[in-house]
Parts: sequence; C-alpha cells; structure tokens
Amino acid sequence: MPEQAATLTSQQKTTSRRPAGTLYRGREGMWSWVLHRITGVAIFFFLLVHILDTALVRVSPEAYNAVISSYQTPIMGLGEVALVAAIVFHAFNGLRIILIDFWNAKYQKVMFYVVIALWIITMLGFAPRHLINVFSE
Amino acid sequence: MTTTIEAPRSPYARSPRKRGVNWEKWGWIYMRVSGVVLVVLIFGHLFVNLMVGEGVSALNFAFVAGKLTTPFWAVWDIIMLWLALIHGGNGMRTIVNDYATQRLTRGILKSAILAAVVILITLGTLVVFTFDPCPAGSPADLLPSFCSAI
Repeated sequence: MPEQAATLTSQQKTTSRRPAGTLYRGREGMWSWVLHRITGVAIFFFLLVHILDTALVRVSPEAYNAVISSYQTPIMGLGEVALVAAIVFHAFNGLRIILIDFWNAKYQKVMFYVVIALWIITMLGFAPRHLINVFSE
Repeated sequence: MTTTIEAPRSPYARSPRKRGVNWEKWGWIYMRVSGVVLVVLIFGHLFVNLMVGEGVSALNFAFVAGKLTTPFWAVWDIIMLWLALIHGGNGMRTIVNDYATQRLTRGILKSAILAAVVILITLGTLVVFTFDPCPAGSPADLLPSFCSAI
C-alpha cells in the first residue's frame, strides 16, 4: 500500500534492533532531559541555601550584609553566571516540555535548538552586564 | 521455578485504577502550571536584583528591606517561595523514585526532601510576615532611608 509507505514511523523505517520513536531515547530528546534534571537539582540546592541566607534579614542587618557580601566576590560572581545559565535553560526547556505535552511532539527537535538559541541570547544579555557589576566593585 | 511468559502482543492491561484522587496526575499538572508562573516570577526577580542599576553589587539589608516592605514584592516573594519549593521538592521526589532502588533509601530521601520543603516554606513565610525593616539599635547607615523618618 503506497499510502502507508509515506507514513512509516521511525520504528518501521529502521533495521536497527534499538528501540526508536520514543521522545526521550537518544539525541536531542534525551540530552534536553538530562540537562533538565541536572539543572533542576542544582537549582533546588541553591534555592535551599538562598532561602536560608535571605532569612538572615530577620537576624540583623549586619548578619545579612556579611553573607550577601560573599555573593559579591568575583568567584561567586562567576557562580551566579552558572546559576542563571542553569535557570534560563531549565525555564526555556520547561516551556518546550509543556509545548510537547499540550501542542505537538513533532517539533521537539527544532524546539530544542530554539531553546539553545534563546538561552544564548539571554546569556549574552545577562553575563557581560553582571560580570561588569561584579568586577568593577 | 516456573515463569509464565505471555504471548507476544497480548493486550496490555493496566492494573485497575484505584479509587480516590490521582495525585500523580495532579503533581504532573502542578509542575506545568507552576513552571509557567515561575518563569515569570524568577525572571522578574533576577532582572530586578541582578540587572537593574548596579545589580548584585547593590544588594544589602536596606535594599531587601525596601522590597519586603512593598506589598507588591512581598506577595511576589511569597508566591515564588511556595511555588518554587514545591516544584523543586516534587522534581527531587521524581528523581529519587527513578534512581533509588531500595524502599528504605527512597523513604529516607523523600522524607528528607519533605522536611526541607516544609521547614523552608515555614521559615520563609515567617520571615516575610514578621520582618522589621528598622530594627531598634541598628546603625542608621545600614537601614533603609525611610527608617530615619520614624
């Protein structure tokens, strides 16, 4: 049936024994998932610390300022670039996951590259300005 | 020991649906709904604290006091606190369920996650609602400028 041949799934097209045609197995679908997990765990642990350091406003102005000044050092400034990079990737890839679930999984690969492009643009906007703020202290 | 192997392509039967609330479904929905809101809240938080003015170099007690005494930012921070911790805690729960194979290990790790989330939500909420921007006896140069008017 020629009509059917045009609509072969990736599973039917291949002679490979490796299971195919699933979103999260291999290539863009898998790597976006891996990065989503790693960035998610990193952000979670930062969030725990960040709530504790902000809670110091309830202790005394001196205690809060002492801790926040450590966030203004060059090494932590680089750490903040890494943190924002993780958050921005997780945010854009999260929106990609929502679009896959509620709109169309067909575009998941191209959406992954859109996520990477938006991530680069956002970081180009953020990183130079932030690093100038940190290193001009 | 005998093992019964089903015929290939025999129909896949789900275990019968238990009665009651499908918590996993609501967790799945929560991750997506809170995720969209958190993108707005956290991008706004990062923009105001790291991009506007001198960014991270300008952060101190007076800056935070000015924000937490503004109802708009207090509500912003409270919503962000609750949504982010529950979103993060539920994500960590998913990862523990995926990688911790022993029942006891899963139980310990998930209890630790739950404890961290409950304690930090309580702490953060108390800090926002009991915050004093002008604590008595503190040097005036560390306090927001509106304290001197009192």
